[in-house]
Amino acid sequence: MITELGHYALVLALVLALAQSVIPLVGAQRNLRPWMALAQPAAVGQFFLLGLSFLALVHAYVVSDFSVAAVYENSHSAQPLIYKVAAAWGNHEGSLLLWVLILGFFGALVAAFGNNLPLRLKSRVLAVQAMISTGFLVFMLLTSNPFARLGQAPLEGRQLNPMLQDPGLAFHPPMLYLGYVGLSMSFSFAIAALLEGSVDAAWARWVRPWTLLSWTTLTCGIVLGSRWAYYELGWGGWWYWDPVENASFMPWLIATALLHSAIVVEKRDSLKAWTILLAILGFAFSMLGTFLVRSGVITSVHAFAQDPARGIFILALLAIAIGGSLSLFAWRAPILKPGGFFAPISREGSLVLNNLLLAVLAATVLFGTLAPLILNVMNLGTISVGPPYFQTVFVPIAMPLVLIAAIGPFLGWKRGDLPGALQRLAAAGIAAAIAIGFAWYMADGASFMALAGMALAAWLFIGTLIEWAGRVKLGGSLGASWSRAIRLPRSAYGMTLAHAGLAVAIVGMTGSIAWKQEKVAVLHVGQSIEVGDTSYRLDDIRKVTVDNYLADRATIVASQNGQLLALLTPERRQYLVPSPPTTESAIHSNFARDVYVVVGEPDGQGGWTVRIYVEPLVLWIWLGGGLMALGGVVSLTDRRYRVGAPSKMLARKSEVAARA
Amino acid sequence: MTDIKLGELRANTPRRTMSRKTRRLYLVLVSLVLLGGAVALVLAALRQDIVFFLSPTEVAAKPPAPGRAIRIGGLVERGSLRKLGSDGAVLFEVTDLSKSVKVRYRGILPDLFREGQGVVIEGAVNEQGEFIAKEVLAKHDEKYLPPEVAKALKASGRWQESGDQTGSDSPGGNSTGNNEGSGPR
Repeated sequence: MITELGHYALVLALVLALAQSVIPLVGAQRNLRPWMALAQPAAVGQFFLLGLSFLALVHAYVVSDFSVAAVYENSHSAQPLIYKVAAAWGNHEGSLLLWVLILGFFGALVAAFGNNLPLRLKSRVLAVQAMISTGFLVFMLLTSNPFARLGQAPLEGRQLNPMLQDPGLAFHPPMLYLGYVGLSMSFSFAIAALLEGSVDAAWARWVRPWTLLSWTTLTCGIVLGSRWAYYELGWGGWWYWDPVENASFMPWLIATALLHSAIVVEKRDSLKAWTILLAILGFAFSMLGTFLVRSGVITSVHAFAQDPARGIFILALLAIAIGGSLSLFAWRAPILKPGGFFAPISREGSLVLNNLLLAVLAATVLFGTLAPLILNVMNLGTISVGPPYFQTVFVPIAMPLVLIAAIGPFLGWKRGDLPGALQRLAAAGIAAAIAIGFAWYMADGASFMALAGMALAAWLFIGTLIEWAGRVKLGGSLGASWSRAIRLPRSAYGMTLAHAGLAVAIVGMTGSIAWKQEKVAVLHVGQSIEVGDTSYRLDDIRKVTVDNYLADRATIVASQNGQLLALLTPERRQYLVPSPPTTESAIHSNFARDVYVVVGEPDGQGGWTVRIYVEPLVLWIWLGGGLMALGGVVSLTDRRYRVGAPSKMLARKSEVAARA
Repeated sequence: MTDIKLGELRANTPRRTMSRKTRRLYLVLVSLVLLGGAVALVLAALRQDIVFFLSPTEVAAKPPAPGRAIRIGGLVERGSLRKLGSDGAVLFEVTDLSKSVKVRYRGILPDLFREGQGVVIEGAVNEQGEFIAKEVLAKHDEKYLPPEVAKALKASGRWQESGDQTGSDSPGGNSTGNNEGSGPR
């Protein structure tokens, strides 16, 4: 009964979305206020219905109603409650409902809190939002209904794939979806602006929080996913350049570019058409990501179950959305008035270069992701494009990006002083040189890429600190610096945190790629192996029973010079519902390195295969990612988003602060 | 009002018009340099870093250069799996039912690695002509055959004999993952 209500609410939401995508748009065109005003209650109602529908689905999972096909396929009555709930979005149908729910949530936010938006712009934004919603709801109801019933209810479900029974599932997909769908808001604003035919600083101020929000949640989602893929054996480590990973990374790159170009629109009224294009591309990449993950046209380590019919439907949706919006862009963009002038060496210039580099990076990732598909279709052989391609192509293009990330903030708007900026960055240059020397000494020599990575990280980190120190005039009186520090706009802190976080993450990436160690051995209980200066002894291996699985749990003692370092307990699990065994790693982390231990099959004579990886500095990756996300959050709380458009006085004040 | 502004700009600031043009020129130049660099890198990567997929028959007919990374796919030959010594090394054969390739691997085999099952292996041939696996990928589903493996079997003309073919014809195959997220089907 509740399930049917959920299904019915979904259909009603579609009807409402259809109305919301047509009526306010016509109203905005013909200047009919009541028609435009309809968007607001429709958006709130749509969110309410989608929420109802989602709750109904979660309810079906919680009570283990196996007469619902999706519940039968993905849940089991013995599953812990958290995985029963998470299973609701751990599959194709449910994850789509979550997608649309978040879409509805953002729509409702605009409707409820967008009071400072002009009515016409607001109704257009909500109409575009509703069109996206309509597309996905039709897709869901026609090809992937999460509420479909089975003719005969089985007694027991087939359980959530054991690989997915992990806290990662509870947080990673919702975060990523918040990011994907957040980009749809920037997209809706961009389309609405094209329909209006005008883009100004106010528009940029409305778009930027949405871009920030989606960038922040995308960052969180990617970091969580990377962490999950790292501790799950066989998913290729913290980053494998897998198509599904790339699918989330491309929108992130574009969102990063958009975040930076929107600053130029807001402050300098320039780069308007480019910013609109980025907003469209960002969402296009989100849709493409959804398409890649759902359709299975590209082979991936993490893909969901596939169905070609769905793929074609999403491809059609993608073609309509991207083709339509790009045509609109080509038609309407020329009427956007070009804005302020600036010299090539200036804050704007550095942000343009940042945008170009990010766009080129996204293009190379896109090419690497789609190349196997293209070659296969053209019958040129089956290839796979893996990490080596991306390390050859991506890293060299990303390096100048990091280089200018430290320089850009020192350049003034309109016309910058490059020698002056470099002079102020002298300490960062020295730090880079020290980092090279230190890495060389610690690692007994290293590859060029490893040294360059460490040098760039030091350059960016120290450069960012110098920039902050300059803003608060550190070195003068401490009290004055303090009062400046607390009066700096939050968005300035956002940048400082995000850039510093990037530097920290680069340290981790470089370290774990360059100096990873690995050893495999067959051990009997009591035997040990040495990796570096640490010895690992297999102390014990025993059978344990937990909720819904049995496991062989090994106890491995890591010790250094006779000193106990860590106790590690990797497992091989056999879930109760017949399925292949799964391997659970055990990890001991500190700032210097991770020890990563897995236990494999027994050899039948009392020995167990044990594999040990030592991954230097890997913790820094997630620490850096976390700092970047924190930067996004801090920036989101900036005064100008909380209180709406700033008064002239405040604006001048913050400009003075920003220049100081 | 804006017309006046534009008119003003055009009338009295030839320097600015120049700088606007120069700016554009700079932008185009920088974009070209970046794109050119990216294309050069991509071409270099396509030469070295692309991994081709070969069937055991293709490997037997034309052995790839030693050290060149390739992927092979097929079924694990029944009765061919041997464990060597205490360092966790294993030896097995991958077959497309007409030719087979000996593979040596050190490490933990994927949880679903079984004799008679489909497998995709990435690695390179060494000087002795042995295939040294860097990565062994087996799909987490008993009934599934990676599309590359299905292709290898089809190419060798042994498709009909290859036992279980469920799902192998779907174009949207997920082949390379040893642990992928689809529920057991």
